[in-house]
Amino acid sequence: MSTETEKQVQNGVNVDALLGARDALSKAPEAAKFNWKASCKWLNGTHSQTSIQGFYGLGQQQSHKTEFTFDTDHPEIFASEDKGATPVEMVLAGLAGCLTAGVASIAQLRKIQLRSVKATLEGSMDIQGILGIDSDVRNGFNDIKVNFEIDADASKEDLEALVAQSQKRSAVYDVITNPTNVSVSTTKKSLN
Amino acid sequence: MSRCLTERAIDHVVLERGEVANSWKTERWDSLRLLTPNWLSRLPGYRYKGDDPDGYRTMPETVAFLQWYAQRISAPVRTHTTVTRVRRTEAGYTVATDQGEWRTRALVLASGACNIASVPGFAGAVPPGIAVLTPMQYRNPGQLEQGGVLVVGASATGVQLADEIQRSGREVTLAVGEHIRMPRRYRGRDILWWMDSVGVQDQGYQEVDDLNRARNVPSLQLAGYADCRDVDLNALTALGVKLVGRLAGIRDGVAQFSGSLANVAALSDLKMNRLLGVVDDWAARNELVGEPSGSVQPPHRFERTRVPAAPPLSLDLERYGIRSVIWATGFRPDYSWLDVPVIDRKGRIRHDGGVVDSPGLYLMGIQFLRRRKSALIDGAGDDARELSAHLASYLEGGEVHFARARSAAADSLATLGF
Repeated sequence: MSTETEKQVQNGVNVDALLGARDALSKAPEAAKFNWKASCKWLNGTHSQTSIQGFYGLGQQQSHKTEFTFDTDHPEIFASEDKGATPVEMVLAGLAGCLTAGVASIAQLRKIQLRSVKATLEGSMDIQGILGIDSDVRNGFNDIKVNFEIDADASKEDLEALVAQSQKRSAVYDVITNPTNVSVSTTKKSLN
Repeated sequence: MSRCLTERAIDHVVLERGEVANSWKTERWDSLRLLTPNWLSRLPGYRYKGDDPDGYRTMPETVAFLQWYAQRISAPVRTHTTVTRVRRTEAGYTVATDQGEWRTRALVLASGACNIASVPGFAGAVPPGIAVLTPMQYRNPGQLEQGGVLVVGASATGVQLADEIQRSGREVTLAVGEHIRMPRRYRGRDILWWMDSVGVQDQGYQEVDDLNRARNVPSLQLAGYADCRDVDLNALTALGVKLVGRLAGIRDGVAQFSGSLANVAALSDLKMNRLLGVVDDWAARNELVGEPSGSVQPPHRFERTRVPAAPPLSLDLERYGIRSVIWATGFRPDYSWLDVPVIDRKGRIRHDGGVVDSPGLYLMGIQFLRRRKSALIDGAGDDARELSAHLASYLEGGEVHFARARSAAADSLATLGF
């Protein structure tokens, strides 16, 4: 029995659609198999451009409404032209976007109205690894620190639970915290 | 169930591959005690009347208790009778055993949820010089070589083994995935006294928002030691156990751990605190007098789980001196003998609160079958009463349905998260 009137919360997340999809896909697990795709074209130096539009899911080819492009490069202190964020910063962008989307969705589900959410990320790295100076130093991040600053009608503990649950459900968090098999093949382009 | 069927004068037999309480007798490690206090193993027609209501039964005591109960209710047990195949027929089921065949109109599957130790797919990648055990094979630390031990999994089994192996002088590394932290005692009472009193244990399977999750919640980080000590991660850290993240894989003899340790610990603290909040609210509303477990102390919170700032993400098992790996990664039931099409793609039986998706077939003794306590000895009674009523109606050809009772605490438990 609930004596409270239903709390109206609008974080812009269609939770009913998400829950409906969860229900439908638990009955049709094949449709839940997705393939995410990206293609990248080298432009010059360390500058390249990645394009993203098509992906596969729900049993068929799908497409974003438009093609998205992302330039990656390195800053001038690496003797590059700085025409885009570094690829490792793109990784932070992916993690931030994924965790923040999770925070919004879970808040909607838990009927927490968000007013503002700001995530700040830092990944520390010793570049002796990528420069091949010291083989004991790994190439990737030593650690990643994320802080969420959230303005919402909820206790600190509820917000901590929100952020914890978002990590638990996050694809990019999983990609970063767990090993993934990566296979890279090479094709020689034939001259016409 | 046998007792409830007898009460209803339903002719039945109980088939047992070994002796009564066979898995308690043959598949448990030496030091294991029940996680539930003695008073909390209630069975139909039985209440504990001994002089140690708050103690925890050892395995020999548990075996003796169940054998005594079977005798007292005159359960028609056929021991040393192994079921080899169950098939559906027009009239019901045929049950093939190594002692001949039975035909029956109704059948209750009570073979347990923990017949096989689950190990991850990459378990075979442990280097050959390192001993590998499941909790079914483990008996005591003396079985293990001196040296490092990697215990994989931090639920009830994993934390108990980590505790006793570390105390034996072997250095334990514990790989920790999702887990449920739980203090043995809170405010002067056993945590299970609280969970029973508040109604958490009676929470029904139709009252949880995600039944699938509730049925897969890891076992509580509890032990039934006489000194009531905790076996949570802080207690293990204090003993010198090294915590690492969930074991994600083993490649070229190097174990790789997830970087999610801090988050799984935070999630677990939040869940525990939510339960303690429910307990405190309940205690504030109810006057607690004359209870058996001592006086009630004021509310408090436990220290947050301490996790290392930078736990190792990989470990070369041989170089690090690991001599044994123990897979405390859960158990699953064995339905290899069940030739009835009721198994889903995840190997689970399709059922609604124990009423299996095949007429006359019932299931008992699995997690959250009908209520949170369904997998406990204490949960068998209520489940058996309700399922035997359903079974009796089925045999009479009558209408079969349950009264959909709602537990008193349903609303306050909706957000428990486990």
